[in-house]
Amino acid sequence: MIRLLYIIICAQLVVLLPAQAAEHLVKSGESIQAAINKASKGDLIKVMPGTYRERGIIINKQLVLQGIGYPVLDGEKKYEVVTITADHVVVQGFEIIRSGYSSMDELAAVRIKQASYVGLRNNRLRENFFGIYCQHASFSLIANNDITSTGGSELEAGNGIHAWKSDHLVIDGNFISGHRDGIYFEFVTESTITNNKSHRNIRYGLHFMFSHQDIYTNNTFSENGAGVAVMYSRQVTMIRNHFLDNWGSAAYGILLKDISDSYAAYNEFSRNTAAIYMEGSSRLTIFANQFLQNGYGIRIQASCDNNVIRKNNFIANSFDIATNGSLVLNSFNENYWDKYEGYDLNRDGSGDVPYRPLSLFALIVERNNSAMMLFRSPMVGLLEKAEKIMPGITPEKLKDDQPSMKPFPL
Amino acid sequence: MKKIIKYSLLDILRNRVILAYTALLAVVSISLFMMEDNPAKAVMSLMNISLLIVPLVSSIFCTIYLYNSAEFIELLVAQPIRRSRLLWGVYLGMITALLIALIMGIGLPLLILQPTVSGLSLFLTSAALTIVFSSLATLSAVLTRDKAKGIGVSLLLWFYFTFIYDGIVLLVLFQMADYPLETTMIGMSMLNPIDLGRIGMLLQLDISAMMGLTGALFQDFFGNGFGAILVILVMIGWMTIPVLFAIRRFKNKDL
Repeated sequence: MIRLLYIIICAQLVVLLPAQAAEHLVKSGESIQAAINKASKGDLIKVMPGTYRERGIIINKQLVLQGIGYPVLDGEKKYEVVTITADHVVVQGFEIIRSGYSSMDELAAVRIKQASYVGLRNNRLRENFFGIYCQHASFSLIANNDITSTGGSELEAGNGIHAWKSDHLVIDGNFISGHRDGIYFEFVTESTITNNKSHRNIRYGLHFMFSHQDIYTNNTFSENGAGVAVMYSRQVTMIRNHFLDNWGSAAYGILLKDISDSYAAYNEFSRNTAAIYMEGSSRLTIFANQFLQNGYGIRIQASCDNNVIRKNNFIANSFDIATNGSLVLNSFNENYWDKYEGYDLNRDGSGDVPYRPLSLFALIVERNNSAMMLFRSPMVGLLEKAEKIMPGITPEKLKDDQPSMKPFPL
Repeated sequence: MKKIIKYSLLDILRNRVILAYTALLAVVSISLFMMEDNPAKAVMSLMNISLLIVPLVSSIFCTIYLYNSAEFIELLVAQPIRRSRLLWGVYLGMITALLIALIMGIGLPLLILQPTVSGLSLFLTSAALTIVFSSLATLSAVLTRDKAKGIGVSLLLWFYFTFIYDGIVLLVLFQMADYPLETTMIGMSMLNPIDLGRIGMLLQLDISAMMGLTGALFQDFFGNGFGAILVILVMIGWMTIPVLFAIRRFKNKDL
């Protein structure tokens, strides 16, 4: 699916370059905008090394803009650097720096504005407000860009890759760091996000809003201010991603808010405060994920229903599951829990007594946060042991009937 | 006073119980570091164990020692030594011995295997708790003439601070669930040296992020200069006030 989209986009990029395309050369000191104005549809413009201060380049016709030896396009902290308003444009091999900052407009290093079949590849973006901004873009490829910034606060920084009302985007192999959100999707459908690294962004590594039927695979989200947020979306597929070291009082590996009919599988969650935080989500399949050394494995609020949590590994988490109510509408089955103390007499690989992943203390804390003062108190240990033997307060139905005896090889 | 300290220190160091205590601590801490591949986790487990064992051993050992050396103390009272100096001497001798045991048992393994800030703070917390519970034990030994009763009182104090107090906190939390209790919790943690030590350690170990709002408040309070100084003052209060009471009582005590 991803590969197909990729091929379609690349093919269209290639096919639509006419064979008779002219080549223009822009040297240091000359104007790129002038070359664009002079060029005709389908031409190739090569830009030689140097620093170009152009007060905003507008690409309004089908062109290939290629940087040789990373020429620098400087926005001088005042202008939007490159704006693409035509279909079939390729921009590659540039170093784009210092886009303008404004609290009124969202000025970006590169903006794709109502265009399709655009390719942005192998660019280096430094110290920009917004990195790449897709606005009504479709069938576009954003690949192998290195996007970093040193934004101070959420207000001063923009998003690394920002997509709004777009569809069929492929975002592949980018590195994003120091922006507000690494990748931001709002009303973006049928897009794929693959092989990106989103590291140390101020807010979220990836932020989804109202974006349906998207796929993201093989991405790494680490040390972001609040992890990854996926909200108000349907049919999102999340496979083989890594959510690492999102540690802080309001940080999650992934926040799933009002998500439905989605699928999360083979992901790794390590050292997050809460690996998954689910709220108002339904019909999710959480399958074969690895939960390692998190504060909470899954915090599943009582507003979630019909979620299936199967064959995951829960290893060395402080709390495996936490929930805030006694109603349980989700199923936990065949997971491996390192805290399971049962036995397997018939040796079929699953324990004979059910495992109750919700500890009493997790429940108490969820109801009354101040109780966290007693975290790791011997008193709490005693209460938990008593509760494990005779469950009275924790929901009777929250249990795994066939806990696996051995961790799954994931 | 120096002579008394020296005498009781040497006396205690020859004691087999203190040797066993040192060995126990050393075995526990070394084996924890050997078993856990994650040293931060090992510090956490060691904290759990030392928060239980250290206060228990300190209070029981000190009470029993004071009763056992009652005749020695009576003998010295007959000498021209001030009573306050006498008790100070024995008390300081006891805590020095216990601290030496702690250094050998926890301090050295931590220094070798985990020379980090969290390791240091674990050691300091244990040391503070040793002094606090020795001081409480001295008070209970001076207050009661009967040996069994005195040991009972100090056991009860340990039990109270380890289990009962946390139960009371939990009860208060649920009775008053409708009120904002975060700042009250900070106050309540001051009233129990074990809780204070544990929370201080947990904040060190970066678990505070997990503790949500309460953790953030604790971090905010204990992390800033004022909070840290207040905590140190409260701890010093816990160390000195019981023993000062004990000395005052001992001065007028009919032996």
